[in-house]
Amino acid sequence: MLRSLAAFVALGLSAVQSGTAPTPRPVVVASKPFGESYILAEMFAQLLEARGIPVDRRLGLGATQIAYGALRSGSIDVYPEYTGTGLIAILRLPPEPDARAVFAHVAAASAARDSVRWLPPLGFENTYAIAVRRGTADSLHLATLTDLARSGMGLRGGFTADFIGRPDGLPGLSRTYGVQLRDVRALLPAVKYAALAAGGVDVIDGFSTDGLIARYDLVVLRDDRHFYPPYEAAAVVGAALQRSNPAAIAVLTELSDRIDETRMRALNRRLEVDGVPVAIIAAGALRALGLTSAGAPGTADRSAGAGAGPDRGSLAEYLRAQRRPLASMTARHLLLVAVSLVAAIIVALPLGIALTTLPRYADGVIRLIGAIQTLPGIALLAFMIPLLGIGVVPALVALFLYSLYPILRNTYEGVRGTDAGAVDAGEALGMTTRQVMVYVRLPLATPVIMAGVRTAAVIDVGTATLAAFIGAGGLGDPIVTGLALSDTRMILSGAIPAACLALAVDTLLGAGQRLAARRWGGD
Amino acid sequence: MVTPDAGTIFIDGAPTTGLDPVGLRRRIGYVPQDGGLLPHWRVRRNAALVPWLLGHTDSAARADAALGMVGLDPDVFGDRWPRELSGGQRQRVAIARALAARPAVLLLDEPFGALDAITRADLQDAFRTLRHSLGTTAVLVTHDLREASALADRIAVLRHGRVEQVATPDVLLAQPATPYVAQLLARAGLR
Repeated sequence: MLRSLAAFVALGLSAVQSGTAPTPRPVVVASKPFGESYILAEMFAQLLEARGIPVDRRLGLGATQIAYGALRSGSIDVYPEYTGTGLIAILRLPPEPDARAVFAHVAAASAARDSVRWLPPLGFENTYAIAVRRGTADSLHLATLTDLARSGMGLRGGFTADFIGRPDGLPGLSRTYGVQLRDVRALLPAVKYAALAAGGVDVIDGFSTDGLIARYDLVVLRDDRHFYPPYEAAAVVGAALQRSNPAAIAVLTELSDRIDETRMRALNRRLEVDGVPVAIIAAGALRALGLTSAGAPGTADRSAGAGAGPDRGSLAEYLRAQRRPLASMTARHLLLVAVSLVAAIIVALPLGIALTTLPRYADGVIRLIGAIQTLPGIALLAFMIPLLGIGVVPALVALFLYSLYPILRNTYEGVRGTDAGAVDAGEALGMTTRQVMVYVRLPLATPVIMAGVRTAAVIDVGTATLAAFIGAGGLGDPIVTGLALSDTRMILSGAIPAACLALAVDTLLGAGQRLAARRWGGD
Repeated sequence: MVTPDAGTIFIDGAPTTGLDPVGLRRRIGYVPQDGGLLPHWRVRRNAALVPWLLGHTDSAARADAALGMVGLDPDVFGDRWPRELSGGQRQRVAIARALAARPAVLLLDEPFGALDAITRADLQDAFRTLRHSLGTTAVLVTHDLREASALADRIAVLRHGRVEQVATPDVLLAQPATPYVAQLLARAGLR
């Protein structure tokens, strides 16, 4: 057990250090968690592989800050990004209308600030598309964002959290057009179209290349004041790859100016509407562009959507077909939880005991550790990228931090709350303070401490699904990918085992807790 | 456990001030009111506590001997958990624990207070016999003057932390030194 844990941690370390290791090493290709980003990243990956360059896929990383942060810190080598996003969300510069000027500006600033290189754009723009149902547009006479500001006061918005927060999202829209909606709620990209179609919300943010706009017969409101900068898609490349593998960059540049908006929309439609796996779409697109030959290697290994046939069979069939990858993801999930939990016990148990002898500091320390608990998981993961990169290590650190509080709190309360009669008797009969702690307080506190460990473990199993956002694997992988690709079966294939795992861990530790209570709980 | 506000306690003619409190406690057999057994230790290990703290290698044998003295067969009760015993049996184990290291002094803090009348009488008898056979000095704190007069060689009546009278039970009964002592005897139905 110990040896496999050590090997596992070493694996995580090597994954992080791969950014600085010498050549030859695989090119780490990443994407953000939405369909178009998966398709483009998969095309990068397959093209590199077709040219004989090994690839390591890290698809579906958190969002802009996580993916770009990982690129800057050298954890990944390349991912698809958009110039407007680079301008406003990454470099925090004011919007500009001219596409060439934006690219030049972003490319120069990224190179200077982060040593990140923007390859020449791929050939299409994907701007934000504010969309409403056709019925809404007709009845309120909405065609432009100015119309929305004038007549949209009674409408409810459903936007991605990304859009609600970033300056070129809702804040900019409100400032430029004075758009005021009745209600705004944060929706995952995967559900916003369905929510709009079902009437749960009236306005959503989409992308102009989304395949679902046509499918749901939506009306995209025109940006009549040209608020949005141009969002040209391009590959962004980190410093390490520029230094170590110019050949890979040359290969990636083959895609520049080859994918126009019509083609991209068709590819997105195949994914979002027809449910074709990403690997198959990417392979077809590369063949159609004449970049690979018909017999090119079918690289459908661990890539997004791999294994899912174009037909959407039952969930049970899907789970059966996926049982091997699911088993290994479950094992990795468990290992993430186990390693972080053991580390948290090693720290929180002695700390909790020490605090019972230092009551002056106890409250402050416990509250401080408790404050970590209130940080959203994604935020905590994002904070750690500059320090630890992406992959297993930051995931372990985050899970460790989340596990501390319940164990610390229960150790402290359990040790302090020990049966006074037993403690007094121990002292009166001549036990030293240390002997009272070791032979009376700790054994009697064991059921309470175990309850804390149990709470931490169950929280860990749930939180570990977020690890997929920073490429640490586990059962979050199919959840994140499924959410990005609107594939319910894939989401469930991660969510169901994760829920079962949480139940199993809870049951197991609950049995241990009862055993401890019977053994040490007193009368 | 508490430092005297004034005065000095002598044990075997030596003042306790300045002694290591842990070592001192190990020399005094202590029986708290509620037994105070460690609920996660079996009876034998509870009884062996002080010999074990003192580093005796035969602490289990001493525990068994002490259990025998308080009328509990070690073969029957040694491996039981405290929660499996009645209140009276638990109190017997507490006394065995106090005796196991054969201390020169016993300190009993209302040891029979929480028991029903029959069990209390049984235990008082057992304690009296035991004390006479061992010859151990015992300080027993009680609110029950009948118990005191039945068990004690000498009684000290305390009121608000001050001694009202120290005397043998006979002298106390015959010549209460203060109105308070007289009142106390009357209330207990001893006069």
